[in-house]
Amino acid sequence: MEFVKPELEYAELLPLLIVFGGACLGVALEAILPRGTRRLPQVGLALVTVVAALVATVVVGVNLDEHAGAAGGEGRGLVGAMGSIVVDGPTVYLWGLLLVFALGGIALFGEQRLEGGVSAFTGQAAALPGTEGEREASTRGLEHTEVYPLLLFAVFGMLLFPASGDLLTMFVALEVLSLPLYLLCGLARRRRLLSQEAAMKYFLLGAFASGFFLYGAALVYGYAGSVSFAGINEAVRAGSANHGLLLAGIGLLAVGLLFKVGAAPFQAWTPDVYQGAPTAVTAFMAAGTKVAAFGALLRLLYVAFGGERWSWQPMLWVIAIASMLLGAILAIVQNDVKRMLAYSSVAHTGFILVGVLGVQSAGELADGQYTSLEGVLFYLTTYGFAMIGAFAIVTLVRDAGGEATAYDRWAGLGRTSPLVAGAFAFFLLSMAGIPLTAGFIGKWAVFTSALSAGAWPVVLVAIACSILAITFYVRHIRLMFFTEPSQDGAGVVTRSSLLTSGTIVVCLAATLVLGVVPGPVLDLVTGAGDFIR
Amino acid sequence: MTEYIVLSAILFTIGSIGVLTRRNAIVVFMCVELMLNACNLAFIAFARQHGNLDGQIAAFFVMVVAAAEVVVGLAIIMTIFRTRRSASVDDVSLLKF
Repeated sequence: MEFVKPELEYAELLPLLIVFGGACLGVALEAILPRGTRRLPQVGLALVTVVAALVATVVVGVNLDEHAGAAGGEGRGLVGAMGSIVVDGPTVYLWGLLLVFALGGIALFGEQRLEGGVSAFTGQAAALPGTEGEREASTRGLEHTEVYPLLLFAVFGMLLFPASGDLLTMFVALEVLSLPLYLLCGLARRRRLLSQEAAMKYFLLGAFASGFFLYGAALVYGYAGSVSFAGINEAVRAGSANHGLLLAGIGLLAVGLLFKVGAAPFQAWTPDVYQGAPTAVTAFMAAGTKVAAFGALLRLLYVAFGGERWSWQPMLWVIAIASMLLGAILAIVQNDVKRMLAYSSVAHTGFILVGVLGVQSAGELADGQYTSLEGVLFYLTTYGFAMIGAFAIVTLVRDAGGEATAYDRWAGLGRTSPLVAGAFAFFLLSMAGIPLTAGFIGKWAVFTSALSAGAWPVVLVAIACSILAITFYVRHIRLMFFTEPSQDGAGVVTRSSLLTSGTIVVCLAATLVLGVVPGPVLDLVTGAGDFIR
Repeated sequence: MTEYIVLSAILFTIGSIGVLTRRNAIVVFMCVELMLNACNLAFIAFARQHGNLDGQIAAFFVMVVAAAEVVVGLAIIMTIFRTRRSASVDDVSLLKF
């Protein structure tokens, strides 16, 4: 057997390498710098890393045309790193999106004013809650600056996840994005028991789901004799005797990915983890994980299993309908803002899955219709901005015990702080899909795409669920604006530093602009083209 | 050939049933590791069948990832245990509907 020296396309993989290098450098800073002085260098390093990666992504995107037709087919891009990383239009778009969300995440992580000069993360994770050690850590103003390298590692995993060109890379990316998030979930400064519990639930269920993903990968490898998506595609189209092996493999792989996106019936972790994790982490995770995991799901289903479309589509029909119904119905009965947003994110997963069911190739469409890939990419954009903005506002509303997430603390917020309550209402309206917000265009794109593929029963359920979802969004808006504040103390909007308020303003602007003039971003999504195979 | 795949399927099933039924977080975690090792066995067996190295390489990566998962997982379970003096997954039930 002959071994070939691997060749890496450094120019195209630069965004990945920058983020990974920045994360490693962050770990080194932890070792070199004395404890009190770490925060500023770490925040700066994280910001510089992500901005540099964003610039590199833009450069890669502009130069993508040079690789047009390199791999055959319509898509532009190249298969790099000996077939394990695919840099094509959708990859570059998702990279840009993820890095923008990562910037928001870093800004929220770095917020210190809300807690009176310390971050939202525990001073010393090893100190037991309620002990002398914890009090000492908080009086000395200790901080875990490890959260920034952890965030960068998670971003690296997210960037790699939708770009992976074989099942093994996809599995490694899945773990690289998950492991830092498990840790980040358990690091809240307040309500540490809840936070640790969220971390444990997320970890055990996440490890369980990645076990399923891996077994699916093994079965598909057994069927196709290759782990690369191109090889699997060939084997699927050629057909072979062991069809059962392939079906079982697709099912198990789908379980692993659908867990990550939080689709029913694999949504059980979502509300608990979203509620227990520090809100900054929830904001970053809600947007980033969903974008990355949907990118990976699309690539797996379209590129590797495109020839088996009729096998996986019925399964997705059921899961999309279940997610929308379950998310919308359970969100109605919540009385905690973070849990409500979590269940609404389950419903959004269902809406995005409706888009996944749409028409795949642009050739089958009339003008003005969207392929499912375009619809899903646009929906992910609108969803991510609205989620980060909404969770950023959740960090602002506080009472003596920290963030006040119970509904009764939010009653009458619109009278005391009309601006913040108005911004939150706008994000909720966007999630509900009211016209002139980004959410409406996103829903329009995915629904029309599914309609042109003939999936009208799912679209009917989706429209019914959208209407159902409006009830709990509007109920919350009514609670903020038309209810008397509760007697035993309402939440107050605390003044934050520019980091949080800036994030909220950017998300607000993005949600508004995407709703009023969606054209440029839709062009960008359309221009991203197709996956290369 | 088939024997190895059947064995790996049995191991995987034992692991997943263990995750669903056992109450101690450490044991649950061990069952997850059993599932990953069942995957390794399947990878190796298929690599042998197809006569290429992809599956064997995958097994190495899975071992590395499993080791990283142990580090993170035990850290999380340890903090919970030190806080509550129990590693039972039934005791962590503050977050619920």
